[in-house]
Amino acid sequence: MIAIDQLSFHYPDSTFSLRVPSLTVGDGEKVALVGPSGSGKTTLLHLIAGILLPDTGHIAVGEARPDQLNDAQRRAFRIATLGLVFQDFQLLAALDVLENILLPYRINPALKLTGEVRERARQLAQETGLEQRLHHRPGRLSHGEKQRAALCRALITQPRCLLADEPTGNLDPHAKTRVLDVLFEQCARAKASLLMVTHDHGLLSRFDRAIDLGELNASGAARGHSCPQPPANINKAP
Amino acid sequence: MKHIWFLAWQSIRYNRVQSVILIIGLAVPLYLPLAVNGLVSRYEAGLLQRAVSTPLVAGGLGSRFDLVLHALYFRGNVPRLLRMADVEAIRATGYAGPIPLYVRYTAHHAPIVGTTLDYFPFRRLRLARGEQLLELGDCVLGSEVAASLKLAPGDRLITDPENVFDIAGSYPVKLRVMGVLEPSGTPDDRAVFVDIKTTWLVEGLAHGHSDITATNTDTSVVLNRNATNVTANAALVEFTEVTPQKIASFHFHGDPDQFPLSAVIPVPKDERSATLLRGRYQGPDATVQMLVARSVVEELMGLVFRIKRFFDANAVLVGVATALFLLLVVLLSVRLRRPEMETLFRLGCARGLIAKLVATELIAIAAVSLVLALVGAQATIALVSLW
Repeated sequence: MIAIDQLSFHYPDSTFSLRVPSLTVGDGEKVALVGPSGSGKTTLLHLIAGILLPDTGHIAVGEARPDQLNDAQRRAFRIATLGLVFQDFQLLAALDVLENILLPYRINPALKLTGEVRERARQLAQETGLEQRLHHRPGRLSHGEKQRAALCRALITQPRCLLADEPTGNLDPHAKTRVLDVLFEQCARAKASLLMVTHDHGLLSRFDRAIDLGELNASGAARGHSCPQPPANINKAP
Repeated sequence: MKHIWFLAWQSIRYNRVQSVILIIGLAVPLYLPLAVNGLVSRYEAGLLQRAVSTPLVAGGLGSRFDLVLHALYFRGNVPRLLRMADVEAIRATGYAGPIPLYVRYTAHHAPIVGTTLDYFPFRRLRLARGEQLLELGDCVLGSEVAASLKLAPGDRLITDPENVFDIAGSYPVKLRVMGVLEPSGTPDDRAVFVDIKTTWLVEGLAHGHSDITATNTDTSVVLNRNATNVTANAALVEFTEVTPQKIASFHFHGDPDQFPLSAVIPVPKDERSATLLRGRYQGPDATVQMLVARSVVEELMGLVFRIKRFFDANAVLVGVATALFLLLVVLLSVRLRRPEMETLFRLGCARGLIAKLVATELIAIAAVSLVLALVGAQATIALVSLW
């Protein structure tokens, strides 16, 4: 579960500020994060992932408090607890699909790259339709395939929570549906929570609920830290 | 660490063109000083080894460097020749056994070294095939000469004419190959050895021709005849090869004590004898200079090393320039790869590990460059040595 309380953040030398009075994502819940550009969606994901640290407030992911961990602990937490899917895939061009999926195991000494992990990577690739592309580099993949490879990389560590930053951006409708299917299917299989940034309101009906960060930020800013509000709940899934 | 190496290798492989350019860019500035140092060291070792095994060198007055290089390496000519009487003078001191050398002529561009049989045990030269010098006109070949000219005992080798336009000069002599020496890795491998008298034969101080004193001589070649002397004209045929049938007709003209030599290697009995012998030739009126070969070679090497210091300074400057370029390349590469590094960081990779990854790539490229430079330098040294 993700729980945020009285969060505020601002970038140095910038007028941007993010205020989130309260936000929770339950275990296994699929939540869409919407809002206008510049409302802080990506920033919020980075704060939850411990890539950025809040000015004030608390963030909890399960038992962990990333804002209270040191740098090494935050990295360990991130790699063990979270799966990250970026908007522009961010696959390493030098590695083939299989090695991109296995990348978390190569960059964190706490994770052991075993035969079982390799098998899991192959299994994930098969489930996402990438089994024929395992030894292809990202340069030879389509957008959809890249996104699926990025998704496999996020899921390989069997995270409890998946943070996805516009994974369906720049995809055609068919590819969007397929990526989302895979995302939901894998999250359901792993019983992982999903917090996904999207601009595509047509997809919101497939989520358990959606949060408009623009509204949340405005309400947080207006009400200040002393007045926590429940998260906005729009387009509640039927 | 194996994962870091794996990722570094994948990156190098993926950016193979850039990596190869970087490797070559690093290997070349590494190769040059390595090759120069290797060649100079080898040259120095070769020069010193030969010089150390040659205690003294005697020769006419003039450049000591020319004399020592001539006596040790059969290179160049000495400014002034010695006479055979000088050899006897050295012998007469009782301090050393002199080995005469006369190196002036060539056969197929290999220097013809006129000497005595003492030269061979002095240089520890042994025959691989055939026999030692027995008669006038015999020669023994250094291993490289025999190999390059494909000659074996029993074959003939003609000396090079000194000047094809000088019809009054010495004529080429056909030498009989008696033996081939074992390889020694010294200039002896590239020389043709003959008895000192044979070099005088090549020079024209000795010759052989038909007997014009006999009563049945062709009278058309005789210009003048008296009780003690017969003068023949140029139509008299001189022999160009010493054969068992003709050897008796070969004879010397002039005083053998005045016959020329280019250098002498005096082999002193001991260090004291060497010092005393040198003392004999240090007066202001001395017409022979007696040199310690090692000192002259070390002096020569001093000159070489002085020049080498410029190469070293140049190598340092090139190294600094290369390091700066490398730094620039790394900084630009880091800038270009920032998104990739940011991805690694976001995925949970420590910044230190990312730095280690970049460093590993650089180390791998530097290591390959170093290996290439070393192999190249060794190959160059080997090739130059062969040449």
